Amino acid sequence: MYTITIGTATCGISAGADKVLNEFQLLIAEKGLKNIKLAETGCMGMCYKEVLVEVKNGAGKFLYGDVTQEKAQRIFNEHVLQHKPVDEFLALLDYQEGTEKNFLAKQKRIVLRNCGHIDPMSIDDYLARDGYQAIKKVLTNMTPDEVIKAVTDSGIRGRGGAGFLTGVKWKFAAQSPSDIKYVVCNADEGDPGAFMDRSVLEGDPNSVLEGMLICGYAIGASEGYIYCRAEYPRAIVRLVNAIGEATKRGFLGDNIFGTNFSFHLKIKEGAGAFVCGEETALIASIEGHRGTPRIRPPYPAVKGIWGKPTNINNVETLANLPWIILNGPEKFAAMGTDDSKGTKVFAMAGKIKRSGLVEVPMGITINEIIFDICGGIVNDKKFKGVQMGGPSGGCIPAALGNTQIDYQQINKTGAIMGSGGMIVVDESTCMVELARFFLEFTQKESCGKCTSCRIGTLRMLEILERIVAGQGKDEDLDVLKELGEQIKATAQCGLGQTAPNPALTTMNYFREEYEEHIKNKRCPAHSCSSLVMYLVDATKCTGCTLCAGNCPAGAITGVKKKAHKVDRDKCIKCGKCITTCNFDAIYKE
Amino acid sequence: MNIVEQSREITPINFPKLNTELWRYRDEPGRLIPLLQSAQETYGYISETTIKYISGVTRIPESEIYSVITFYKQFRLRPLGKYLIRLCDGTACHVNNAKTLKEIVEDELQLEGNDTTEDGLFTLEMVACLGCCSLAPVIMVNDQTYGRLTPQKLRKTLRKYQKQEKTEAKSQ
Repeated sequence: MYTITIGTATCGISAGADKVLNEFQLLIAEKGLKNIKLAETGCMGMCYKEVLVEVKNGAGKFLYGDVTQEKAQRIFNEHVLQHKPVDEFLALLDYQEGTEKNFLAKQKRIVLRNCGHIDPMSIDDYLARDGYQAIKKVLTNMTPDEVIKAVTDSGIRGRGGAGFLTGVKWKFAAQSPSDIKYVVCNADEGDPGAFMDRSVLEGDPNSVLEGMLICGYAIGASEGYIYCRAEYPRAIVRLVNAIGEATKRGFLGDNIFGTNFSFHLKIKEGAGAFVCGEETALIASIEGHRGTPRIRPPYPAVKGIWGKPTNINNVETLANLPWIILNGPEKFAAMGTDDSKGTKVFAMAGKIKRSGLVEVPMGITINEIIFDICGGIVNDKKFKGVQMGGPSGGCIPAALGNTQIDYQQINKTGAIMGSGGMIVVDESTCMVELARFFLEFTQKESCGKCTSCRIGTLRMLEILERIVAGQGKDEDLDVLKELGEQIKATAQCGLGQTAPNPALTTMNYFREEYEEHIKNKRCPAHSCSSLVMYLVDATKCTGCTLCAGNCPAGAITGVKKKAHKVDRDKCIKCGKCITTCNFDAIYKE
Repeated sequence: MNIVEQSREITPINFPKLNTELWRYRDEPGRLIPLLQSAQETYGYISETTIKYISGVTRIPESEIYSVITFYKQFRLRPLGKYLIRLCDGTACHVNNAKTLKEIVEDELQLEGNDTTEDGLFTLEMVACLGCCSLAPVIMVNDQTYGRLTPQKLRKTLRKYQKQEKTEAKSQ
């Protein structure tokens, strides 16, 4: 009896998981086999190895990586039919052995406890792993105050970015008197490079619903909204299914577990506005308006959706709660540092060998995540820095790689913990260009309500655009710094207050790179197209004339079978020659 | 005059699908955004007539509806090409050279600064993050994702669609 499980989260599907699934269906049907179970599961975290297929029987769990249709046939023929595992495709054996064992060795999975182990469309799978036991314990054995105390004692901070203590937030909402209160799950994950929440929603939607129920009981709310990005269609399908199943089984609706606690849930799809991740903008959006933030106080805990007390928590925070209730707050608080408890999920991307989703205990260092878990930098280039917290965060240089994952310590560097996106960059990434990229993003996403964000970020962006184009001025760095600090001090919401961070941190840690751009009109990373020259390596050039024929500016000349030359005055730096050359003979300087 | 009668008076064309949606959301507070989403899903974009129609039924002023539409990136006031190419310029794709991919798409489809080709077949949309960073750089053509792209792979993919269109046009 074999169980074949295929990871069909968005990352798996993008890599072709549906084709592999289809292939297995065909193979099983062809042989007319009855004793094989084909299942789907959510994100296993190893996005770099997608498509992932697990073959399980009494002999153990075999996880195959990079599976294609052809590999699927071999796995089926050799492993399933002849009971001989295909060693060369094997990524992990029983989660202990195999080429990828280091990826899991330092991880600690609480939020992702079920991701990759259960079928997200099956509530029975969730129930089999203590699903809805936490809400049962809460409803039958605990008072709302006791629940809030447990959450406070666990020390968990909001995982959406700002890191406010969840228990304290709940207490405010619980203390606001009102007939109607709301619980909102903030699933408007908008940071480019972040996909933690999507993976949890796609891999284990019921844990988020259970977290919302616990919160509803604790603060006295009987209605909830999940505000989810419309760009996450698969997450929405799985949430709708989970809500339907939970309602059928009586975990949602009226008189849950025979008590007088009732809870109803609705999904609201976002319409594509980054600023809606901010609490008050999110509320405006749920109410059907433009998603512009408003001044706090009053805080949502006092006046939220339609003026009623509202508690907003992030997906990851909510997914932690059932575990905290079942295992006890002490156990959660035992992990991490004095300031930061529990674990944190990070979406690892950029120039890294193993990109994907990792969950680590707080207190681990950045170097441990990048080198021990993620295997270091692609092509073994030099690790230059890591952008934490997306466009609101900052860049931590390699020299500070021993910084611990801890809210206070990360803040000290000028970056923020953020929601969990980590973009790793190597020596070929230009830090000025990176800062420009993030500022372009926040500038576009600025809602336009307050002046310092609307105009200030645009002025900063213009300066950065000038610098990467080789037209920087000596006073630019001072102006950037002054502007950045003013925007931070005067913008109305989190978006504006954090928008200058990428520019300020890169200016702080990579100042010489800015100066090279401004003074010597050079890009040390050879990345800014206006500042690089294209040259032909005469030892590699075979004189095939391919580049000369493809150059749109007619800048490449030479005789057949002899090394060619690039005319600097004519070259428009489009890079077409590099991509057409078959001999790696063209390089940038 | 009830809502249905009133809506008949306002709109010159019939909106059967939207009508049922309007009834579904009629009493729901905050209904404007789901309504617009459903309108766009049905028609591909939100036309002036749609705005007038929704305004007539919900009594939300047209100006306010327009202001909501233009605030959110999801909503479009013009029809889309047959193939929507979403080119990811999220951080991971950006550091993996998404800019070159953009130039290649513009070059290959001869977009010349427009977002949709003249024949109405292709629309290029830059998006902040498609959420499959580990496959960077990535594009999506309608619902199909293409990851780990190189300039050559991208040109090949685009040409595949162009060729497909040409053969379809010939057979008709």
